Amino acid sequence: MSRAGTIARTARHARSDTARHRAEPRALRRGLTAAALAFLGLFLVVPLVAVFQEALSKGLHFYFTSLADPDARAALVLTLTVAIIAVPANVVFGLAASWAIAKFEFRGKALLTTLIDLPFSVSPVVSGLVYVLLFGAQGWFGPWLAAHDVQIVFAVPGIVLATLFVTFPFVARELIPLMQAQGNEEEEAARVLGASAWQMWRRVTLPNVKWGLLYGVILCNARAMGEFGAVSVVSGHIRGQTDTMPLAVEILYNDYNFAAAFALASVLALIALVTLGLKLMAERRLQADALARR
Amino acid sequence: MATFGFRKASALPGFGVTLGITVAYLSLVVLIPLASTFLKTATLDGERFIAVVTAPRVLAAYRLTFGAAGLAALLNAGFGMLLAWVLVRYPFPGRRIVDALVDLPFALPTSVAGISLAAVYAENGWIGRWFAPLGVKIAFGPLGVLVALTFIGLPFVVRTVQPVLEDFEREQEEAAACLGATRAQTFVRVVLPALAPALATGFALAFARALGEYGSVIFIAGNIPMKSEVISLLVVTKLEQYDYAGATALAVVMLVASFVMLFVINALQWRWQRRMNAKRVVNKKGSAIGRGRDLGTEKGVSQ
Repeated sequence: MSRAGTIARTARHARSDTARHRAEPRALRRGLTAAALAFLGLFLVVPLVAVFQEALSKGLHFYFTSLADPDARAALVLTLTVAIIAVPANVVFGLAASWAIAKFEFRGKALLTTLIDLPFSVSPVVSGLVYVLLFGAQGWFGPWLAAHDVQIVFAVPGIVLATLFVTFPFVARELIPLMQAQGNEEEEAARVLGASAWQMWRRVTLPNVKWGLLYGVILCNARAMGEFGAVSVVSGHIRGQTDTMPLAVEILYNDYNFAAAFALASVLALIALVTLGLKLMAERRLQADALARR
Repeated sequence: MATFGFRKASALPGFGVTLGITVAYLSLVVLIPLASTFLKTATLDGERFIAVVTAPRVLAAYRLTFGAAGLAALLNAGFGMLLAWVLVRYPFPGRRIVDALVDLPFALPTSVAGISLAAVYAENGWIGRWFAPLGVKIAFGPLGVLVALTFIGLPFVVRTVQPVLEDFEREQEEAAACLGATRAQTFVRVVLPALAPALATGFALAFARALGEYGSVIFIAGNIPMKSEVISLLVVTKLEQYDYAGATALAVVMLVASFVMLFVINALQWRWQRRMNAKRVVNKKGSAIGRGRDLGTEKGVSQ
Protein backbone atom coordinates (compact mmCIF):
# COMPACT_ATOMS: atom_id res chain seq x y z
CA MET A 1 0.00 0.00 0.00
CA SER A 2 1.22 3.48 -0.70
CA ARG A 3 2.97 5.15 2.12
CA ALA A 4 1.59 8.51 1.13
CA GLY A 5 -1.91 7.08 1.55
CA THR A 6 -1.11 5.77 5.00
CA ILE A 7 0.36 9.10 5.98
CA ALA A 8 -2.73 10.90 4.76
CA ARG A 9 -4.99 8.62 6.78
CA THR A 10 -2.85 9.03 9.89
CA ALA A 11 -2.94 12.77 9.40
CA ARG A 12 -6.73 12.74 9.24
CA HIS A 13 -7.01 10.72 12.44
CA ALA A 14 -4.54 12.90 14.25
CA ARG A 15 -6.33 16.17 13.55
CA SER A 16 -6.28 17.81 16.96
CA ASP A 17 -5.48 21.17 18.47
CA THR A 18 -1.90 20.96 17.24
CA ALA A 19 -2.99 19.95 13.73
CA ARG A 20 -2.33 23.50 12.65
CA HIS A 21 1.35 22.92 13.40
CA ARG A 22 1.53 19.49 11.85
CA ALA A 23 -0.12 20.00 8.49
CA GLU A 24 -0.41 22.95 6.22
CA PRO A 25 -3.71 24.85 6.01
CA ARG A 26 -5.97 23.63 3.24
CA ALA A 27 -5.54 26.81 1.17
CA LEU A 28 -1.76 26.41 1.21
CA ARG A 29 -2.00 22.74 0.28
CA ARG A 30 -4.20 23.61 -2.67
CA GLY A 31 -1.93 26.46 -3.66
CA LEU A 32 1.19 24.27 -3.59
CA THR A 33 -0.52 21.50 -5.52
CA ALA A 34 -1.69 24.00 -8.12
CA ALA A 35 1.80 25.51 -8.46
CA ALA A 36 3.39 22.07 -8.90
CA LEU A 37 0.82 21.04 -11.48
CA ALA A 38 1.17 24.37 -13.32
CA PHE A 39 4.92 23.84 -13.63
CA LEU A 40 4.35 20.32 -14.95
CA GLY A 41 1.70 21.62 -17.33
CA LEU A 42 3.90 24.35 -18.80
CA PHE A 43 6.92 22.14 -19.33
CA LEU A 44 5.47 18.67 -19.97
CA VAL A 45 1.78 18.47 -20.68
CA VAL A 46 1.37 21.38 -23.09
CA PRO A 47 4.34 20.32 -25.29
CA LEU A 48 3.08 16.70 -25.26
CA VAL A 49 -0.41 17.72 -26.36
CA ALA A 50 1.10 20.07 -28.95
CA VAL A 51 2.87 17.14 -30.66
CA PHE A 52 -0.48 15.49 -31.44
CA GLN A 53 -2.22 18.74 -32.29
CA GLU A 54 0.49 19.74 -34.79
CA ALA A 55 0.61 16.22 -36.20
CA LEU A 56 -3.09 16.32 -37.02
CA SER A 57 -3.13 19.97 -38.12
CA LYS A 58 -3.39 19.01 -41.80
CA GLY A 59 -5.95 16.33 -41.23
CA LEU A 60 -5.95 12.57 -40.81
CA HIS A 61 -5.30 11.87 -44.48
CA PHE A 62 -2.08 13.89 -44.51
CA TYR A 63 -1.10 12.29 -41.21
CA PHE A 64 -1.28 8.75 -42.54
CA THR A 65 0.24 9.72 -45.89
CA SER A 66 3.32 11.12 -44.15
CA LEU A 67 3.64 7.98 -42.04
CA ALA A 68 3.39 5.79 -45.13
CA ASP A 69 6.16 7.71 -46.91
CA PRO A 70 8.99 5.30 -47.93
CA ASP A 71 11.63 7.37 -46.05
CA ALA A 72 9.51 7.36 -42.91
CA ARG A 73 9.02 3.61 -43.16
CA ALA A 74 12.76 3.07 -43.73
CA ALA A 75 13.45 5.20 -40.63
CA LEU A 76 11.05 3.08 -38.58
CA VAL A 77 12.71 -0.14 -39.79
CA LEU A 78 16.19 1.20 -38.98
CA THR A 79 15.09 2.36 -35.53
CA LEU A 80 13.67 -1.09 -34.76
CA THR A 81 16.78 -2.83 -36.17
CA VAL A 82 19.07 -0.75 -33.96
CA ALA A 83 16.95 -1.46 -30.88
CA ILE A 84 16.82 -5.19 -31.66
CA ILE A 85 20.63 -5.31 -31.71
CA ALA A 86 21.42 -2.88 -28.89
CA VAL A 87 18.91 -4.02 -26.27
CA PRO A 88 19.85 -7.76 -26.18
CA ALA A 89 23.56 -6.89 -26.20
CA ASN A 90 23.10 -4.66 -23.18
CA VAL A 91 20.90 -7.27 -21.47
CA VAL A 92 23.70 -9.86 -21.74
CA PHE A 93 26.18 -7.33 -20.44
CA GLY A 94 23.81 -6.20 -17.66
CA LEU A 95 23.23 -9.77 -16.47
CA ALA A 96 26.97 -10.53 -16.46
CA ALA A 97 27.93 -7.28 -14.76
CA SER A 98 25.24 -7.53 -12.08
CA TRP A 99 26.21 -11.12 -11.26
CA ALA A 100 29.90 -10.28 -10.87
CA ILE A 101 29.30 -7.05 -8.97
CA ALA A 102 26.34 -7.96 -6.76
CA LYS A 103 27.30 -11.47 -5.73
CA PHE A 104 31.07 -11.19 -5.20
CA GLU A 105 33.46 -9.03 -3.22
CA PHE A 106 36.57 -8.01 -5.10
CA ARG A 107 39.05 -5.18 -5.30
CA GLY A 108 38.12 -2.37 -7.69
CA LYS A 109 34.40 -3.08 -7.46
CA ALA A 110 33.49 0.54 -6.67
CA LEU A 111 35.56 1.77 -9.61
CA LEU A 112 33.95 -0.74 -11.96
CA THR A 113 30.48 0.35 -10.82
CA THR A 114 31.35 3.99 -11.44
CA LEU A 115 32.76 3.21 -14.89
CA ILE A 116 29.53 1.47 -15.86
CA ASP A 117 27.67 4.70 -15.14
CA LEU A 118 30.12 6.71 -17.21
CA PRO A 119 28.05 6.91 -20.44
CA PHE A 120 25.28 8.71 -18.54
CA SER A 121 27.53 11.65 -17.80
CA VAL A 122 29.02 11.95 -21.29
CA SER A 123 27.29 14.34 -23.68
CA PRO A 124 25.44 12.47 -26.46
CA VAL A 125 27.37 14.46 -29.04
CA VAL A 126 30.69 13.34 -27.57
CA SER A 127 29.41 9.74 -27.40
CA GLY A 128 28.99 9.85 -31.17
CA LEU A 129 32.21 11.74 -31.78
CA VAL A 130 34.38 9.10 -30.10
CA TYR A 131 33.34 6.58 -32.77
CA VAL A 132 33.99 9.07 -35.57
CA LEU A 133 37.50 9.54 -34.16
CA LEU A 134 38.00 5.77 -34.06
CA PHE A 135 36.40 4.62 -37.30
CA GLY A 136 35.97 7.80 -39.41
CA ALA A 137 38.08 8.57 -42.48
CA GLN A 138 40.54 10.49 -40.31
CA GLY A 139 40.23 8.15 -37.33
CA TRP A 140 42.62 5.57 -35.90
CA PHE A 141 41.19 2.69 -37.91
CA GLY A 142 39.96 4.84 -40.81
CA PRO A 143 42.64 3.97 -43.39
CA TRP A 144 42.50 0.25 -42.54
CA LEU A 145 38.71 0.17 -42.81
CA ALA A 146 38.81 2.07 -46.10
CA ALA A 147 41.38 -0.38 -47.49
CA HIS A 148 39.12 -3.30 -46.59
CA ASP A 149 36.02 -1.52 -47.82
CA VAL A 150 34.27 -1.61 -44.46
CA GLN A 151 32.11 1.35 -43.58
CA ILE A 152 31.24 1.92 -39.93
CA VAL A 153 30.74 5.65 -39.53
CA PHE A 154 27.94 7.21 -41.61
CA ALA A 155 26.48 3.72 -41.88
CA VAL A 156 24.35 1.38 -39.78
CA PRO A 157 27.22 -0.15 -37.70
CA GLY A 158 28.16 3.31 -36.40
CA ILE A 159 24.57 3.99 -35.41
CA VAL A 160 24.44 0.67 -33.54
CA LEU A 161 27.73 1.41 -31.75
CA ALA A 162 26.66 4.90 -30.68
CA THR A 163 23.36 3.46 -29.42
CA LEU A 164 25.19 0.72 -27.51
CA PHE A 165 27.28 3.41 -25.84
CA VAL A 166 24.41 5.61 -24.66
CA THR A 167 22.19 2.72 -23.53
CA PHE A 168 25.04 0.80 -21.94
CA PRO A 169 24.27 1.35 -18.20
CA PHE A 170 20.47 0.91 -18.11
CA VAL A 171 20.09 -2.84 -17.44
CA ALA A 172 23.18 -3.20 -15.26
CA ARG A 173 22.36 -0.30 -12.94
CA GLU A 174 18.82 -1.63 -12.48
CA LEU A 175 19.95 -5.15 -11.60
CA ILE A 176 22.99 -4.44 -9.41
CA PRO A 177 21.18 -2.85 -6.42
CA LEU A 178 18.31 -5.34 -6.72
CA MET A 179 20.62 -8.36 -6.65
CA GLN A 180 22.72 -6.86 -3.88
CA ALA A 181 19.63 -6.41 -1.73
CA GLN A 182 18.56 -10.01 -2.32
CA GLY A 183 21.84 -11.43 -1.04
CA ASN A 184 23.51 -14.76 -1.86
CA GLU A 185 21.64 -17.16 0.43
CA GLU A 186 19.11 -18.48 -2.05
CA GLU A 187 21.74 -19.21 -4.69
CA GLU A 188 24.00 -20.83 -2.10
CA ALA A 189 21.11 -23.04 -0.98
CA ALA A 190 20.50 -24.08 -4.58
CA ARG A 191 24.15 -25.05 -4.95
CA VAL A 192 24.15 -27.04 -1.70
CA LEU A 193 21.05 -28.88 -2.91
CA GLY A 194 23.01 -29.91 -5.99
CA ALA A 195 21.85 -27.48 -8.67
CA SER A 196 24.21 -26.86 -11.55
CA ALA A 197 25.34 -23.29 -12.16
CA TRP A 198 22.87 -22.96 -15.02
CA GLN A 199 19.96 -24.46 -13.00
CA MET A 200 20.71 -22.14 -10.10
CA TRP A 201 20.74 -19.08 -12.33
CA ARG A 202 17.70 -20.13 -14.34
CA ARG A 203 15.51 -21.26 -11.43
CA VAL A 204 16.60 -18.95 -8.60
CA THR A 205 18.30 -15.80 -9.79
CA LEU A 206 16.33 -15.02 -12.92
CA PRO A 207 12.85 -15.34 -11.34
CA ASN A 208 14.02 -13.11 -8.49
CA VAL A 209 15.15 -10.30 -10.75
CA LYS A 210 12.71 -10.62 -13.64
CA TRP A 211 10.79 -7.41 -12.95
CA GLY A 212 13.95 -5.44 -12.41
CA LEU A 213 15.28 -6.87 -15.67
CA LEU A 214 12.09 -5.91 -17.51
CA TYR A 215 12.33 -2.44 -16.02
CA GLY A 216 15.89 -2.05 -17.29
CA VAL A 217 14.92 -3.37 -20.72
CA ILE A 218 12.07 -0.87 -20.98
CA LEU A 219 14.33 2.08 -20.17
CA CYS A 220 17.12 0.77 -22.40
CA ASN A 221 14.73 0.27 -25.31
CA ALA A 222 13.20 3.74 -24.94
CA ARG A 223 16.63 5.34 -25.13
CA ALA A 224 17.76 3.08 -27.99
CA MET A 225 14.76 4.05 -30.09
CA GLY A 226 14.85 7.70 -29.12
CA GLU A 227 18.54 8.60 -29.08
CA PHE A 228 19.24 11.67 -31.17
CA GLY A 229 22.54 13.44 -30.42
CA ALA A 230 24.95 10.51 -30.55
CA VAL A 231 23.25 8.92 -33.55
CA SER A 232 23.08 12.24 -35.35
CA VAL A 233 26.88 12.60 -35.23
CA VAL A 234 27.60 9.14 -36.70
CA SER A 235 24.66 8.82 -39.08
CA GLY A 236 25.66 11.02 -42.02
CA HIS A 237 21.93 11.70 -42.58
CA ILE A 238 21.42 9.68 -45.74
CA ARG A 239 17.68 9.71 -46.31
CA GLY A 240 16.06 6.31 -46.35
CA GLN A 241 19.35 4.66 -45.38
CA THR A 242 20.95 6.00 -42.21
CA ASP A 243 18.06 7.97 -40.74
CA THR A 244 16.46 6.69 -37.57
CA MET A 245 13.06 8.08 -36.62
CA PRO A 246 14.35 10.86 -34.34
CA LEU A 247 16.72 11.95 -37.14
CA ALA A 248 13.95 11.82 -39.74
CA VAL A 249 11.94 14.16 -37.50
CA GLU A 250 14.79 16.67 -37.66
CA ILE A 251 15.17 16.44 -41.45
CA LEU A 252 11.45 16.96 -42.09
CA TYR A 253 11.41 19.84 -39.61
CA ASN A 254 14.39 21.55 -41.25
CA ASP A 255 12.60 21.17 -44.62
CA TYR A 256 9.72 23.18 -43.11
CA ASN A 257 7.56 20.11 -43.51
CA PHE A 258 6.24 20.65 -39.99
CA ALA A 259 3.07 18.54 -40.11
CA ALA A 260 5.01 15.51 -41.39
CA ALA A 261 7.74 16.05 -38.79
CA PHE A 262 5.13 16.13 -36.04
CA ALA A 263 3.36 13.09 -37.51
CA LEU A 264 6.55 11.05 -37.06
CA ALA A 265 7.13 12.73 -33.69
CA SER A 266 3.66 11.67 -32.57
CA VAL A 267 4.56 8.01 -33.16
CA LEU A 268 7.64 8.47 -30.99
CA ALA A 269 5.56 10.26 -28.36
CA LEU A 270 3.10 7.34 -28.33
CA ILE A 271 6.01 4.94 -27.84
CA ALA A 272 7.17 7.13 -24.94
CA LEU A 273 3.71 6.99 -23.34
CA VAL A 274 3.59 3.20 -23.71
CA THR A 275 7.06 3.09 -22.13
CA LEU A 276 5.81 5.08 -19.15
CA GLY A 277 2.83 2.72 -18.78
CA LEU A 278 4.99 -0.41 -18.89
CA LYS A 279 7.45 1.19 -16.51
CA LEU A 280 4.65 1.87 -14.02
CA MET A 281 3.57 -1.76 -14.26
CA ALA A 282 7.12 -3.10 -13.75
CA GLU A 283 7.56 -0.70 -10.82
CA ARG A 284 4.44 -2.07 -9.11
CA ARG A 285 5.58 -5.66 -9.59
CA LEU A 286 9.00 -4.75 -8.16
CA GLN A 287 7.32 -3.17 -5.15
CA ALA A 288 5.10 -6.20 -4.62
CA ASP A 289 8.14 -8.51 -4.86
CA ALA A 290 10.08 -6.37 -2.39
CA LEU A 291 7.16 -6.47 0.07
CA ALA A 292 6.72 -10.23 -0.34
CA ARG A 293 10.37 -10.78 0.53
CA ARG A 294 9.99 -9.08 3.90
CA MET B 1 36.83 -23.43 -8.36
CA ALA B 2 39.71 -21.06 -8.86
CA THR B 3 40.02 -18.34 -6.26
CA PHE B 4 41.41 -15.05 -7.41
CA GLY B 5 43.84 -13.23 -5.18
CA PHE B 6 41.89 -10.01 -5.32
CA ARG B 7 38.52 -11.28 -4.20
CA LYS B 8 36.91 -12.93 -1.22
CA ALA B 9 36.15 -16.64 -1.52
CA SER B 10 32.58 -17.47 -2.43
CA ALA B 11 30.51 -20.60 -2.94
CA LEU B 12 28.85 -19.19 -6.05
CA PRO B 13 30.07 -19.99 -9.57
CA GLY B 14 30.59 -17.81 -12.58
CA PHE B 15 32.72 -14.98 -11.24
CA GLY B 16 35.52 -15.28 -13.79
CA VAL B 17 33.23 -15.51 -16.81
CA THR B 18 30.86 -12.70 -15.84
CA LEU B 19 33.64 -10.34 -14.75
CA GLY B 20 35.49 -11.14 -17.98
CA ILE B 21 32.45 -10.31 -20.12
CA THR B 22 31.82 -7.13 -18.12
CA VAL B 23 35.35 -5.80 -18.37
CA ALA B 24 35.78 -6.77 -22.04
CA TYR B 25 32.50 -5.22 -23.13
CA LEU B 26 33.03 -2.11 -21.00
CA SER B 27 36.50 -1.65 -22.50
CA LEU B 28 35.38 -2.16 -26.09
CA VAL B 29 32.28 -0.01 -26.04
CA VAL B 30 33.19 2.71 -23.56
CA LEU B 31 36.74 2.87 -22.27
CA ILE B 32 38.82 2.41 -25.43
CA PRO B 33 36.73 4.85 -27.50
CA LEU B 34 36.90 7.46 -24.73
CA ALA B 35 40.63 6.93 -24.21
CA SER B 36 41.28 7.28 -27.92
CA THR B 37 39.65 10.71 -27.84
CA PHE B 38 42.16 11.83 -25.23
CA LEU B 39 44.99 10.29 -27.28
CA LYS B 40 43.78 12.20 -30.30
CA THR B 41 44.02 15.45 -28.31
CA ALA B 42 47.59 14.61 -27.43
CA THR B 43 48.41 14.80 -31.14
CA LEU B 44 47.09 18.37 -31.25
CA ASP B 45 49.44 21.27 -31.03
CA GLY B 46 49.17 22.86 -27.56
CA GLU B 47 48.81 26.42 -28.76
CA ARG B 48 46.20 25.44 -31.29
CA PHE B 49 44.28 23.59 -28.58
CA ILE B 50 44.23 26.68 -26.34
CA ALA B 51 43.22 28.85 -29.29
CA VAL B 52 40.29 26.56 -30.12
CA VAL B 53 38.93 26.21 -26.59
CA THR B 54 39.22 29.93 -25.78
CA ALA B 55 37.89 31.41 -29.04
CA PRO B 56 35.33 34.18 -28.38
CA ARG B 57 32.49 32.18 -29.93
CA VAL B 58 33.40 29.20 -27.74
CA LEU B 59 33.64 31.36 -24.60
CA ALA B 60 30.16 32.71 -25.33
CA ALA B 61 28.93 29.13 -25.65
CA TYR B 62 30.49 28.18 -22.28
CA ARG B 63 28.76 31.14 -20.65
CA LEU B 64 25.39 30.23 -22.13
CA THR B 65 25.69 26.48 -21.50
CA PHE B 66 26.89 26.72 -17.91
CA GLY B 67 24.58 29.64 -17.12
CA ALA B 68 21.44 28.09 -18.61
CA ALA B 69 22.27 24.64 -17.20
CA GLY B 70 22.76 26.15 -13.73
CA LEU B 71 19.56 28.19 -13.90
CA ALA B 72 17.58 25.23 -15.25
CA ALA B 73 18.91 22.99 -12.48
CA LEU B 74 17.96 25.66 -9.91
CA LEU B 75 14.45 25.93 -11.34
CA ASN B 76 14.21 22.15 -11.24
CA ALA B 77 15.53 22.04 -7.69
CA GLY B 78 12.77 24.41 -6.55
CA PHE B 79 9.90 22.98 -8.52
CA GLY B 80 11.18 19.39 -8.28
CA MET B 81 11.17 19.70 -4.51
CA LEU B 82 7.65 21.15 -4.66
CA LEU B 83 6.47 18.35 -6.97
CA ALA B 84 8.00 15.65 -4.77
CA TRP B 85 6.35 17.23 -1.71
CA VAL B 86 2.94 17.44 -3.35
CA LEU B 87 3.19 13.89 -4.74
CA VAL B 88 4.16 12.39 -1.37
CA ARG B 89 2.10 14.48 1.02
CA TYR B 90 -1.06 15.68 -0.73
CA PRO B 91 -3.21 12.97 -2.26
CA PHE B 92 -5.17 14.40 -5.17
CA PRO B 93 -7.14 12.81 -8.00
CA GLY B 94 -4.83 11.58 -10.78
CA ARG B 95 -1.76 11.59 -8.56
CA ARG B 96 -0.46 8.31 -9.96
CA ILE B 97 -0.74 9.53 -13.54
CA VAL B 98 1.06 12.77 -12.68
CA ASP B 99 3.72 10.71 -10.90
CA ALA B 100 4.27 8.56 -13.99
CA LEU B 101 4.27 11.61 -16.27
CA VAL B 102 7.23 13.12 -14.43
CA ASP B 103 9.47 10.59 -16.22
CA LEU B 104 8.35 11.75 -19.67
CA PRO B 105 11.62 13.62 -20.40
CA PHE B 106 13.47 10.30 -19.96
CA ALA B 107 11.16 8.48 -22.36
CA LEU B 108 10.55 11.12 -25.04
CA PRO B 109 13.22 11.38 -27.76
CA THR B 110 14.99 14.70 -27.47
CA SER B 111 14.25 15.73 -31.05
CA VAL B 112 10.53 15.32 -30.38
CA ALA B 113 10.86 17.39 -27.21
CA GLY B 114 12.84 20.00 -29.13
CA ILE B 115 10.37 20.57 -31.94
CA SER B 116 7.33 20.58 -29.68
CA LEU B 117 8.91 23.00 -27.19
CA ALA B 118 9.89 25.23 -30.12
CA ALA B 119 6.29 25.14 -31.41
CA VAL B 120 4.74 25.84 -28.01
CA TYR B 121 7.14 28.61 -26.94
CA ALA B 122 7.35 30.36 -30.34
CA GLU B 123 5.78 33.81 -30.66
CA ASN B 124 2.58 32.32 -32.06
CA GLY B 125 2.71 29.16 -29.91
CA TRP B 126 0.32 28.19 -27.13
CA ILE B 127 2.55 29.57 -24.39
CA GLY B 128 4.82 31.92 -26.32
CA ARG B 129 1.91 34.10 -27.45
CA TRP B 130 1.25 35.18 -23.85
CA PHE B 131 4.83 36.41 -23.54
CA ALA B 132 5.17 38.02 -26.96
CA PRO B 133 3.06 41.13 -26.10
CA LEU B 134 5.34 41.70 -23.08
CA GLY B 135 8.31 41.83 -25.41
CA VAL B 136 9.65 38.51 -24.07
CA LYS B 137 10.87 36.21 -26.81
CA ILE B 138 11.31 32.67 -25.49
CA ALA B 139 11.94 30.35 -28.43
CA PHE B 140 14.86 31.01 -30.80
CA GLY B 141 16.98 32.79 -28.20
CA PRO B 142 18.82 32.14 -24.92
CA LEU B 143 15.53 31.79 -22.99
CA GLY B 144 14.63 28.90 -25.27
CA VAL B 145 17.80 27.13 -24.17
CA LEU B 146 16.67 27.57 -20.56
CA VAL B 147 13.24 26.09 -21.35
CA ALA B 148 14.73 23.03 -23.10
CA LEU B 149 17.25 22.38 -20.32
CA THR B 150 14.52 22.72 -17.70
CA PHE B 151 12.44 20.15 -19.58
CA ILE B 152 15.16 17.52 -19.81
CA GLY B 153 16.29 18.00 -16.19
CA LEU B 154 12.82 17.93 -14.68
CA PRO B 155 12.68 14.33 -13.38
CA PHE B 156 16.03 14.28 -11.57
CA VAL B 157 15.23 16.28 -8.43
CA VAL B 158 11.74 14.78 -8.10
CA ARG B 159 13.16 11.25 -8.29
CA THR B 160 15.96 11.89 -5.80
CA VAL B 161 13.86 13.77 -3.21
CA GLN B 162 10.69 11.65 -3.43
CA PRO B 163 12.02 8.39 -1.86
CA VAL B 164 13.71 10.30 0.97
CA LEU B 165 10.52 12.18 1.71
CA GLU B 166 8.52 8.92 1.67
CA ASP B 167 10.94 7.48 4.24
CA PHE B 168 10.96 10.58 6.38
CA GLU B 169 9.64 10.00 9.90
CA ARG B 170 6.59 12.15 10.53
CA GLU B 171 7.34 11.84 14.25
CA GLN B 172 10.23 14.25 13.85
CA GLU B 173 7.87 16.90 12.51
CA GLU B 174 5.39 16.20 15.29
CA ALA B 175 8.13 16.50 17.88
CA ALA B 176 9.09 19.87 16.44
CA ALA B 177 5.44 20.95 16.50
CA CYS B 178 5.05 19.81 20.11
CA LEU B 179 8.12 21.81 21.05
CA GLY B 180 6.36 24.89 19.70
CA ALA B 181 7.83 25.25 16.24
CA THR B 182 5.61 26.76 13.58
CA ARG B 183 5.04 24.79 10.38
CA ALA B 184 7.51 26.99 8.52
CA GLN B 185 10.17 26.56 11.19
CA THR B 186 9.66 22.79 11.16
CA PHE B 187 10.08 22.73 7.42
CA VAL B 188 13.22 24.84 7.35
CA ARG B 189 14.92 23.34 10.42
CA VAL B 190 13.76 19.71 10.38
CA VAL B 191 12.55 18.63 6.95
CA LEU B 192 14.85 20.59 4.69
CA PRO B 193 18.14 19.45 6.30
CA ALA B 194 17.01 15.82 5.92
CA LEU B 195 16.28 16.38 2.23
CA ALA B 196 19.34 18.50 1.50
CA PRO B 197 21.70 15.70 0.30
CA ALA B 198 19.05 14.30 -2.04
CA LEU B 199 18.27 17.79 -3.28
CA ALA B 200 21.95 18.46 -3.95
CA THR B 201 22.34 15.14 -5.79
CA GLY B 202 19.28 15.87 -7.92
CA PHE B 203 20.60 19.34 -8.73
CA ALA B 204 23.98 17.92 -9.76
CA LEU B 205 22.39 15.23 -11.95
CA ALA B 206 20.14 17.78 -13.69
CA PHE B 207 23.08 20.15 -14.17
CA ALA B 208 25.34 17.41 -15.57
CA ARG B 209 22.65 16.27 -18.00
CA ALA B 210 22.00 19.84 -19.14
CA LEU B 211 25.69 20.58 -19.83
CA GLY B 212 25.87 18.03 -22.64
CA GLU B 213 22.33 18.29 -23.98
CA TYR B 214 21.99 18.65 -27.73
CA GLY B 215 18.76 17.33 -29.27
CA SER B 216 16.13 19.30 -27.41
CA VAL B 217 18.19 22.51 -27.40
CA ILE B 218 19.09 22.97 -31.06
CA PHE B 219 15.49 23.27 -32.26
CA ILE B 220 14.45 25.96 -29.79
CA ALA B 221 17.74 27.87 -29.37
CA GLY B 222 17.82 29.60 -32.74
CA ASN B 223 21.58 28.89 -32.70
CA ILE B 224 22.72 32.48 -33.18
CA PRO B 225 26.56 32.70 -32.98
CA MET B 226 27.80 34.47 -29.81
CA LYS B 227 24.24 34.53 -28.48
CA SER B 228 22.42 31.23 -28.34
CA GLU B 229 24.84 28.46 -29.26
CA VAL B 230 25.55 25.68 -26.75
CA ILE B 231 28.88 23.81 -26.60
CA SER B 232 27.53 20.54 -27.96
CA LEU B 233 26.26 22.40 -31.02
CA LEU B 234 29.73 23.86 -31.62
CA VAL B 235 31.19 20.33 -31.55
CA VAL B 236 28.73 19.26 -34.24
CA THR B 237 29.34 22.44 -36.28
CA LYS B 238 33.09 21.84 -36.27
CA LEU B 239 32.55 18.23 -37.22
CA GLU B 240 30.34 19.23 -40.15
CA GLN B 241 33.17 21.50 -41.36
CA TYR B 242 35.55 18.52 -41.14
CA ASP B 243 37.47 20.33 -38.36
CA TYR B 244 38.14 17.10 -36.45
CA ALA B 245 40.92 18.63 -34.32
CA GLY B 246 38.67 21.50 -33.23
CA ALA B 247 35.76 19.17 -32.47
CA THR B 248 38.04 16.89 -30.45
CA ALA B 249 39.44 19.80 -28.45
CA LEU B 250 35.93 20.95 -27.46
CA ALA B 251 34.88 17.37 -26.77
CA VAL B 252 37.77 16.96 -24.35
CA VAL B 253 36.71 20.10 -22.48
CA MET B 254 33.19 18.66 -22.25
CA LEU B 255 34.52 15.27 -21.13
CA VAL B 256 36.56 16.87 -18.36
CA ALA B 257 33.46 18.78 -17.23
CA SER B 258 31.49 15.48 -17.23
CA PHE B 259 34.16 13.71 -15.20
CA VAL B 260 34.16 16.51 -12.63
CA MET B 261 30.36 16.28 -12.39
CA LEU B 262 30.52 12.47 -12.12
CA PHE B 263 32.96 12.82 -9.26
CA VAL B 264 30.76 15.39 -7.49
CA ILE B 265 27.65 13.22 -7.95
CA ASN B 266 29.41 10.14 -6.63
CA ALA B 267 30.69 12.03 -3.60
CA LEU B 268 27.20 13.39 -2.90
CA GLN B 269 25.56 9.99 -3.30
CA TRP B 270 28.12 8.33 -1.12
CA ARG B 271 27.50 10.83 1.68
CA TRP B 272 23.77 10.59 1.31
CA GLN B 273 23.70 6.80 1.22
CA ARG B 274 25.83 6.65 4.31
CA ARG B 275 23.38 8.87 6.09
CA MET B 276 20.41 6.82 4.92
CA ASN B 277 22.09 3.55 5.84
CA ALA B 278 22.97 4.87 9.28
CA LYS B 279 19.34 5.78 9.84
CA ARG B 280 18.20 2.46 8.49
CA VAL B 281 20.32 0.53 10.98
CA VAL B 282 18.93 2.58 13.85
CA ASN B 283 15.36 2.15 12.66
CA LYS B 284 15.80 -1.50 11.71
CA LYS B 285 13.83 -0.78 8.60
CA GLY B 286 13.76 -3.25 5.76
CA SER B 287 15.78 -3.63 2.64
CA ALA B 288 17.39 -0.87 0.67
CA ILE B 289 16.33 -2.17 -2.73
CA GLY B 290 16.88 0.31 -5.47
CA ARG B 291 17.77 3.18 -3.20
CA GLY B 292 20.48 5.61 -3.92
CA ARG B 293 22.20 3.95 -6.86
CA ASP B 294 19.51 4.22 -9.45
CA LEU B 295 18.89 7.92 -9.21
CA GLY B 296 19.49 8.79 -12.80
CA THR B 297 16.51 7.07 -14.22
CA GLU B 298 13.93 6.25 -11.65
CA LYS B 299 12.79 6.54 -8.12
CA GLY B 300 13.63 3.85 -5.65
CA VAL B 301 11.16 1.15 -4.85
CA SER B 302 9.13 2.65 -2.09
CA GLN B 303 8.20 0.88 1.06
